[in-house]
Amino acid sequence: MSETIFKVNEKEYILPGNRACQGCGLSLAYRYILKALRENTIVGIPPSCLCVLHGLYPTTSVTVPALNTTFAGNAASAAGMAAGLRALNKTDITVLALSGDGGTYDIGIQSLSGAAERNTDFIFACYDNEAYMNTGTQRSGATPLGALTSTTPILTKQDPKKDFLKIMEAHHIPYLATVSPAYPIDLYDKFVKAKKIRGTRYIQIDTPCPPGWGYPTKDTVRIGQLAVETGLFILFEIEDGRFRFTGRSKTMAERGGKLLPLVGYVERQSRFRKMSMEQLGTLQAWVNGRWEECLKRAEG
Amino acid sequence: MSDVRIIMGNEAAALAVKLARPGVIAAYPITPQTKLAEILSEYVEAGELKAEYVRVESEHSSLTVCIAASTVGARVFTATSSNGLLYMHEQLHWAAGSRLPVVMCCVNRGVGAPWSIFNDQQDSFSQRDTGWIQIYCRDNQEILDTVLQAYRIAEEVYLPVMVCYDGFVLSHTMMPVDVPDEELVRKFLPPYRPPDPLSPDRPVTINPVFFPSRRENAEGVLCDGYMEMRWKMQNALERSGETIRKASDEWAKLSGRDHGGMLWEYRTADADLLLTGMGSIATEATLAADALRAEGIRAGVVGIRVFRPFPGKEAVRAFAKARAVAVFEKCISYGYEGGVSSDLKAAFYGTGITAPIHDYIAGLGGRDVKTRELVEAGRATVAAVEAGDRENKLIWLNCRTE
Repeated sequence: MSETIFKVNEKEYILPGNRACQGCGLSLAYRYILKALRENTIVGIPPSCLCVLHGLYPTTSVTVPALNTTFAGNAASAAGMAAGLRALNKTDITVLALSGDGGTYDIGIQSLSGAAERNTDFIFACYDNEAYMNTGTQRSGATPLGALTSTTPILTKQDPKKDFLKIMEAHHIPYLATVSPAYPIDLYDKFVKAKKIRGTRYIQIDTPCPPGWGYPTKDTVRIGQLAVETGLFILFEIEDGRFRFTGRSKTMAERGGKLLPLVGYVERQSRFRKMSMEQLGTLQAWVNGRWEECLKRAEG
Repeated sequence: MSDVRIIMGNEAAALAVKLARPGVIAAYPITPQTKLAEILSEYVEAGELKAEYVRVESEHSSLTVCIAASTVGARVFTATSSNGLLYMHEQLHWAAGSRLPVVMCCVNRGVGAPWSIFNDQQDSFSQRDTGWIQIYCRDNQEILDTVLQAYRIAEEVYLPVMVCYDGFVLSHTMMPVDVPDEELVRKFLPPYRPPDPLSPDRPVTINPVFFPSRRENAEGVLCDGYMEMRWKMQNALERSGETIRKASDEWAKLSGRDHGGMLWEYRTADADLLLTGMGSIATEATLAADALRAEGIRAGVVGIRVFRPFPGKEAVRAFAKARAVAVFEKCISYGYEGGVSSDLKAAFYGTGITAPIHDYIAGLGGRDVKTRELVEAGRATVAAVEAGDRENKLIWLNCRTE
């Protein structure tokens, strides 16, 4: 990794001082995304933590142009920018729609599915912090089984997380990848690659959230790493249908494919404090099953 | 050389859009707008119109695409009807709040529940308070001419414009339409040059969160708050009447066709009874006025062409000498009365106009409105007023109300 860290674009696109929470996984990811995509980029923003990060009128700490839109509409808004820029022959600008899990899995799924089906020329990235964090940790379709949220406050979430990567893969888009701010070089490389590809590129960002997940702010990177090392979140990319492990997940797959037990990830976050052994078992079985599936895909 | 074609309202709108040369079109099919979306796709696929046509998965997205494309500097167009327009509601506010020159056709249709595919104006009426300019057309020629005017207006005042025309009554009815040539249109409507398109050359965050108070920017300059932005929108709408009239006058000079700016009048000079309404029902009212005059009732028509901004001052002038007013409208604010009637009463308050106003709710869900029914209504209104009845009335025309 030491050989690659120096290739990262040194320029900063987020100035010091923004409204993200301390230890925010999104702000870390966003910093590297913008380094990868560089100046010639326009960002589409739905109401979400990203909207807050961008600041209150009339100041912002972000130096790339951005367009806020409504919750359901970020993919359509980005598609509109892409169409408008094409109509004006401005074909060298990257359009990035960046939505949270609510704006992707839930209210945003319709416009995203439509845009992906039309192979819209944009990058849609979902920063998945596994609940409606901007409004105070309400349950979303991305919330994992067994997590406490402010709308599953006593019994925990009873349903498993929606497998959104499968949904996006079913759209047969040119590029699909997963990234984590805990592995910024892998994240950077994937956005650099995505920038060069035409058509719909979907990137899912595992986004640890200290207040929502309930861990100390200093542990954001550690929690992100544990998500990968336990196999709960797998780093991979699918390019023109070909699956490939990347980064830490690739190393793990190559070195015998052993995962850390999920309990080490779960016990560090207070959102899982009411998780039952049965729920933990169900989640562990799902993780194991998907890891095996990915190992097979990587071979084949 | 004039090029007169016998075409339906939807084709008249499509021809106007082609002449206006938008860079981006986004549309989702809904009856009775569908043919308009289809014709435009033909123009684009045949290469007659060089535009990005985004075949979206919903009306919410069609307007969202237009808003974003307009933000980066493209001229845009979309069209819808009925529940499609209602599904856009959030984005209607967003387009106006963003002060973007989006032009949309609303092919007027009743809204569910229960379902109706037929004409009334409840769809666009329900969107009255979204900050859009609303213009209602009375025939297919006016549809074509108004779409062109809409771009002129929108791009001058930075407000979105909704061109409304009655579903089936106009959208699917053949009428002669004089199609202007491209050169004439270019004189009237030059290519769109947005002053501040969003681009990497101008890295700003558009439409972030505003706090209630005004706030200073990085240079210490006190900037607008939410309320100032809202006042500016209201002010722009109030002042847009001037631009609407100017666009109408200039087009009249170039094309020889004048559809009226904010409102139009028919045989009003000596009229005791004024019939009024928006869209095709106002056209029909002109036939009713002729019939009433044949019976000895001096009737005229004031057609409300622009509903927002509401032409209150023009209405006061137009209705000043009326002794009785019959409003025919295909929309209602449930629990009160028809929208045109409310606005006229508000405009008349304190001006000395005391003519009783009979508000006829008519043609909801496509119920046929016959000229003879308008004649009967006009006759009844005059009879009541002559008998000394000064009450305003709300009457459901041709509807069983027991």
